[in-house]
Amino acid sequence: MRDVAIIGVKNTKFGELWERSLRDIVVEAGIGAIEDAGVGGKDIDGLYVGNMSGGRFVDQEHIGALIADYSGLSRNLHVPATRVEAACASGGLALRQAILTVASGYSDIVVAAGAEKMTDVGAQEASSALAAAADREWEGMAGATFPGLYAMIAKLHMHRYGTTSEQLAEAAVKNHRNGCLNPIAQYRNEITVDQVLNSIMVADPLHIFDCSPITDGASALVLAPAEIAHEYTDTPIYIKATAQASDTIALHDRRDITTLDASVMAAKRAYEMAKLGPGDIDLVEVHDCFTIAEICAVEDLGFTEKGKGGIFTEEGETAIGGLIPVNTSGGLKACGHPVGATGIKQAVEIVTQLRGEAGKRQVEGAEYGMTHNVGGSGATAVVHIFSRER
Amino acid sequence: MTIGIVSYGAYVPRYRIKIEEIARLWGDDAEALKRGLMVYEKSVPDVDEDAATIAVEAARSAVARCEIDPSRIGAVYTGSESHPYAVKPTSTIVGQAIGATPVMTAADFEFACKAGTAAIQACMGLVSSGMIDLGLAIGADVSQGAPGDALEYTAAAGGVACIIGKKESEIAAIIEDTYSFTTDTPDFWRREGMAYPEHGGRFTGDPGYFKHVTNGARGLMEKIGTKPEDYDYAVFHQPNGKFPSRVAKLLGFSKAQIEPGLVVPKIGNTYSGSCLMGIAATLDQAKPGDRIFATAFGSGAGSDSFSITVTDKIEEIRNRAPTVAELIKDPIYIDYARYAKHKGKIRLS
Amino acid sequence: MSVPRFWRKLDSRYNLKGTHCVECGEYFYPPRNTCVNCRRQGQIEAYRFKGTGEIVTYTVIHTAAEGFEKQAPYTLAIIKLDEGPSLTAQVVGSSVNAYIGMRVRSVFRKLGEGGERGMIYYGTKFIPVDG
Repeated sequence: MRDVAIIGVKNTKFGELWERSLRDIVVEAGIGAIEDAGVGGKDIDGLYVGNMSGGRFVDQEHIGALIADYSGLSRNLHVPATRVEAACASGGLALRQAILTVASGYSDIVVAAGAEKMTDVGAQEASSALAAAADREWEGMAGATFPGLYAMIAKLHMHRYGTTSEQLAEAAVKNHRNGCLNPIAQYRNEITVDQVLNSIMVADPLHIFDCSPITDGASALVLAPAEIAHEYTDTPIYIKATAQASDTIALHDRRDITTLDASVMAAKRAYEMAKLGPGDIDLVEVHDCFTIAEICAVEDLGFTEKGKGGIFTEEGETAIGGLIPVNTSGGLKACGHPVGATGIKQAVEIVTQLRGEAGKRQVEGAEYGMTHNVGGSGATAVVHIFSRER
Repeated sequence: MTIGIVSYGAYVPRYRIKIEEIARLWGDDAEALKRGLMVYEKSVPDVDEDAATIAVEAARSAVARCEIDPSRIGAVYTGSESHPYAVKPTSTIVGQAIGATPVMTAADFEFACKAGTAAIQACMGLVSSGMIDLGLAIGADVSQGAPGDALEYTAAAGGVACIIGKKESEIAAIIEDTYSFTTDTPDFWRREGMAYPEHGGRFTGDPGYFKHVTNGARGLMEKIGTKPEDYDYAVFHQPNGKFPSRVAKLLGFSKAQIEPGLVVPKIGNTYSGSCLMGIAATLDQAKPGDRIFATAFGSGAGSDSFSITVTDKIEEIRNRAPTVAELIKDPIYIDYARYAKHKGKIRLS
Repeated sequence: MSVPRFWRKLDSRYNLKGTHCVECGEYFYPPRNTCVNCRRQGQIEAYRFKGTGEIVTYTVIHTAAEGFEKQAPYTLAIIKLDEGPSLTAQVVGSSVNAYIGMRVRSVFRKLGEGGERGMIYYGTKFIPVDG
């Protein structure tokens, strides 16, 4: 297996992009990443694109071909393009597939992209499309929504560990603070704990400000074998680990409702592959689709022990300057959550940080960064570890 | 041949609305209404309850009470005037939900408030002919009263299921005989596609209820040679509290005979469940050897009368399922807004 | 949900019919035809659950799922059946609020409707055993 490096990155603006279509945003991200890497179309051996539900959101399947076409990679170059789907972990999984093909030696220069155009349908239909990431027959038919499933995780976490609504809110407050420092973030406004607690209840105990928004956005990365990465960039960022794990599709079938075992297993595999531990990681982008998800993530990835995620967050350990800065991009909550793009955006953020190009939200001296991307209520988890040095 | 009730089960939704609350909305005199109707509150289905769910709950209760193997049930007949589908039987839903399918016959009955007793008679015929081993007859309704209409004060929700059989060792109440009195009398109807029924106001009284109940009741007593005083209990269809009280008096039955089965003041008129609810409440307390006289009435119009004798078996099965008194003892009172939501009177689209 | 898709599992929805692996003893609801422990070595048979259990966790959903708007707000719970497996279902018809550890039993209710013209979906919900 070959070492793999990231040589180019690009995010579009995240938000409600009324004037821009799925193909518009994905082409902007893809071409941006290619320009950042300094590669030409003829160099590209493959394209992987994470997209959860083109079919439901824009009534368009065959997303891989569409994106290759509008990126100018089809009619003359016939670059192979593959869509990857694992609900909200589609982006992370697209990155993993791209890494595997480069590491195997089968491809050299590969683009990993992620995109979702969610605002072409109404909020109700978007929620319904997202709900398809749960078990449609045995959760959906009972009236489950995604906020509802995570609310049940939160309820038990509170019951068992004494986690409070205020502690959950702190995750959103911190992510908004970080989002203010990220030019592409959907929400660049600070919020307070009171604002979160006084926002409307979606699924008890989760308020609307505990939930990530509906977002349009695209992100892309260019990968190359580590041995030639310096031919394209002075600051290649290296993949130290790619790991993935599965769990039951339905929340009710899990070993423990308050633990995402897929996250635990993916992290364990990643740490082993990178020969690192949680203490070595300088910053992490976690999958905070809801505030409780960030609380569970910092526990499941080993940054604090099970049940302590709330206090850990409340004490500021996940803020920039804390023990382990979490979601410097603003996370899914403030940066936005275009579901297929999220896993790629997380990697773009880590690369930007490890390059030292994160501006006001820069984590000084960061050597190792991690991304954590979750599908559904935890049936898929993808964890990557990145480093500045090979 | 002996034929009778092997088991019975009742179901009444948990929610109630008081006469005062409905009267408050329409500016009516609640005290006068309560005096006139002898009804004080009525049952209201939950948002996710309909005649089919009520029929299933009643049928499951009946099966639990006698502990029979449901695959022995050869016919499921559900009587209702609020079947959830215009076309598509409620009875197949019930049959599946109690594990009686697939070797059984099924159909839905409709005869206003006496569809449930008509179903009992059909089961009696099939059982006595030997065509089936056991028959399940149900009366269940989530009845509709138009907002502001007099019916709104009484149109309630509930259901009762009876398992009819002929094995003497299994019968808890012998049906000695039944008698029906039927004419074409348009005192109440609901046309296809209409949300609420129309009724003839006072025309539903003498030409409807009283004519059919008295003729039916007298007809049965003449046929089998009994008198009101031969019975320990009597049950008459109870669209309100007043009609059954008055008809009992007309026929020579006492207040004490009808009292145990008179459930309408607390739950309203459960339509196809109404007379059966009274029979169920009576069976809940009758002793072996007690005799029960019952007449159901359905607008349109007709009556079904039954002469029943309770057997020793009743003591054995009675407490295996909730009694009517237990079902109605702990209501949740709701206001008109929530009632309107539960009854689907608020349209979301 | 389409009619055939719902109808296919109708008995499981109406009557809590699940499965049981004779090999390892684990019970499954919703039904599984491959044992998660024994996989191909497992021996799966049908099993009808008693319908009693306990609330593991719950939420009150205010922003309803599509098709559930009429029922909002509604209590959704993960319920651990006495035989072992857990399922997701609504807890209805109570004057008391749900709580973790609450004993519940199954009832037959409407799950939803396929719009004004579609079929009516029936199935199992739960009510508190006391209250």
